[in-house]
Amino acid sequence: MADQNTTSATPALEVHDLTVSYHSKPVLWGVDFTVPQGTLTGIMGPNGAGKSTLIKSIMGLVEMNSGFAHILGGPLEKVRQQVSYVPQRESVDWNFPASVLDVVLMGRYGKLGLFKRPRKADKEAALSCLEDVGLLPFKDRQIAQLSGGQQQRVFLARALAQDADIYFMDEPFAGVDAATEQAIINLLKKMREQGKTVFVVHHDLQTAPEYFDWMVFLNTRLVANGPTKKVFTQEVLKETYGGKLSLLVQVGDLLAEEGLPPRKG
Amino acid sequence: MNWLEFITFDNALIRNVVLGSTLLALSSSVVGCFTLLRKRALVGDAVSHSVLPGVCLAFLFQGTKDPLVLLIGAFITGWLSLLTIDLITKRSRIPEDAATGLVLSVFFGVGILLLTYIQHLPNLANQSGLDSFLFGNILSISEKDLYVFGAVAICLLTCVWLFYKEFQVLSFDEGYASTIGMPVKGLRLLLTTLTVLAVVVGIQSVGVVLMAALLITPAAAARFLTNRLGPMVIIAAIIGATAGLTGTFISSAFRTPTGPWIVMALSIMALGAFFFAPKQGILAKWIRQRHWNRQIQDENILKAIFQFQLDNNSNDPVQTETLIKWRPMEAKQLRSGLKRLSSQGYLEQNNGWLLTQVGQKRGERITRLHRLWETYLTKYLKIAPDHVHEDAESIEHIITPELELELEKLLDYPEKDPHDSSIPRS
Repeated sequence: MADQNTTSATPALEVHDLTVSYHSKPVLWGVDFTVPQGTLTGIMGPNGAGKSTLIKSIMGLVEMNSGFAHILGGPLEKVRQQVSYVPQRESVDWNFPASVLDVVLMGRYGKLGLFKRPRKADKEAALSCLEDVGLLPFKDRQIAQLSGGQQQRVFLARALAQDADIYFMDEPFAGVDAATEQAIINLLKKMREQGKTVFVVHHDLQTAPEYFDWMVFLNTRLVANGPTKKVFTQEVLKETYGGKLSLLVQVGDLLAEEGLPPRKG
Repeated sequence: MNWLEFITFDNALIRNVVLGSTLLALSSSVVGCFTLLRKRALVGDAVSHSVLPGVCLAFLFQGTKDPLVLLIGAFITGWLSLLTIDLITKRSRIPEDAATGLVLSVFFGVGILLLTYIQHLPNLANQSGLDSFLFGNILSISEKDLYVFGAVAICLLTCVWLFYKEFQVLSFDEGYASTIGMPVKGLRLLLTTLTVLAVVVGIQSVGVVLMAALLITPAAAARFLTNRLGPMVIIAAIIGATAGLTGTFISSAFRTPTGPWIVMALSIMALGAFFFAPKQGILAKWIRQRHWNRQIQDENILKAIFQFQLDNNSNDPVQTETLIKWRPMEAKQLRSGLKRLSSQGYLEQNNGWLLTQVGQKRGERITRLHRLWETYLTKYLKIAPDHVHEDAESIEHIITPELELELEKLLDYPEKDPHDSSIPRS
């Protein structure tokens, strides 16, 4: 649960002047926004807009060139146990020797700390998370024998097992059939009702306004941030998906060529 | 050292050497599981080769074969090779596999150079035996040294036991491990150190050239036998230990380096695992295949007799030759199939072949499944009636009774198939 000094007025996420680059080429440039608690937020934008990079940098998986991201009013280290991350499904090798339950149990490791083995209570918590995503009958299955949608749900169950307040999910709907997508979105909406804040990297504009009550539009820079009703407009969509700013691209290419990271230090 | 002494464990020193060799192989195999799962097998090979210059340099500087000194030398160049691979990958356009190959050959080349130099030194008394680092010869090791390496091996095992949970997440999903607050950098460093130590320990019995086999083969074989990490580590340990034991045993009889024999033993066990693994093994797959082939053959024969009698409206015994003419089958397979079916009670031989009651039922069921599936394909997949036969020929053998019920219900208990043949009712 939240710290004593964080109230529901504390924003779930505050990103300030965030710049990230790969091999000196900026992927996110001066991104600045705030999202309140209790929202189901879609992070939207075209391919290569920096959506995944945004949540990876928030989770400390890629280095920031400048700026910071505060979660529940503080740096990640302070609230780590309250934050959970769901990586893209393709980011791991599913041939790893583990059962479905083994993977979901990993969600409990953060709270357990070093050296301690999962206890019976952890196992029970993991099983109940598996039930939430409808995978209980598959608990002993080797993870390679699952379909893509089932693997995605295993990752989701692992995140649920962390019992966090803020969730960052990288494309949880990628390669998932329609029925599974519906089941997942129902689950996410239920989480929002319980007061959790969920961030989802999403592609499909058709479903987006129905799924999310808050949206962040990215295309290397921040295009828009706010409640869906306010920001899901023709104008914003056109600006987000209408192509990159050509001058920004040229300068970015130049930076990469010269090997000069933007705003070093 | 003779066989009898060896087997009876009479000689305390021999006993220690054998137990020591077993322990060393075991610990390397356990650490190797994580090397394999983190896809660092080639890197493990590079480290193995790169400890040779360290051993030689340590010997040159200190002039002794004190294992601790050599161990430290090996450890330093082992680590140095990893850092070099890292540096090349990060700072140049050379990809990791090329960088690894490069580092392996350069370090090993320098090692061989130094080794040759040492062997040609005139006045160095106890240089002999240094070349056993190439192919490993634990039989030449002193008892005191054995204790040192044994202690390191036990340290390795303790570390893996303590950090098992952390290494598991690190190997599966490193990014996730860091987001739940695990000290990923430290753990990675620890695991790499363990790998280098496992190599340093393992080369005592296997030597630098073959060390990668001890690191990787037990893990790869174990992966074939199980789908869980815990059992995999234990099986790898058993395979490694068995190879260490038998390899040391055999090499003592032939008075040759231990390394090649240990690796031979490992390879045989690995091959055994690939062939005889209960589910994924080649033999298991072959048996499954044969079982299916037989079942398909049997059911096709029953179906043929059933349909022949139905079409000719007779219950007379069917001759083998008539059957071949009516439904082309290979004569040899047909004869063995007929024999098998009559011994199983599906057929009776009486001036030809007659279906028993159960045989009749099974032939009828296959005919029904065939025609149901054809109907399903034309109705739901909109496939033309002249294209559905081939498909039904294989599907008819695999449909379970539950699916059969569902199929009948879905098609509303049809009377005729797309070719207007009647579908027999169960």
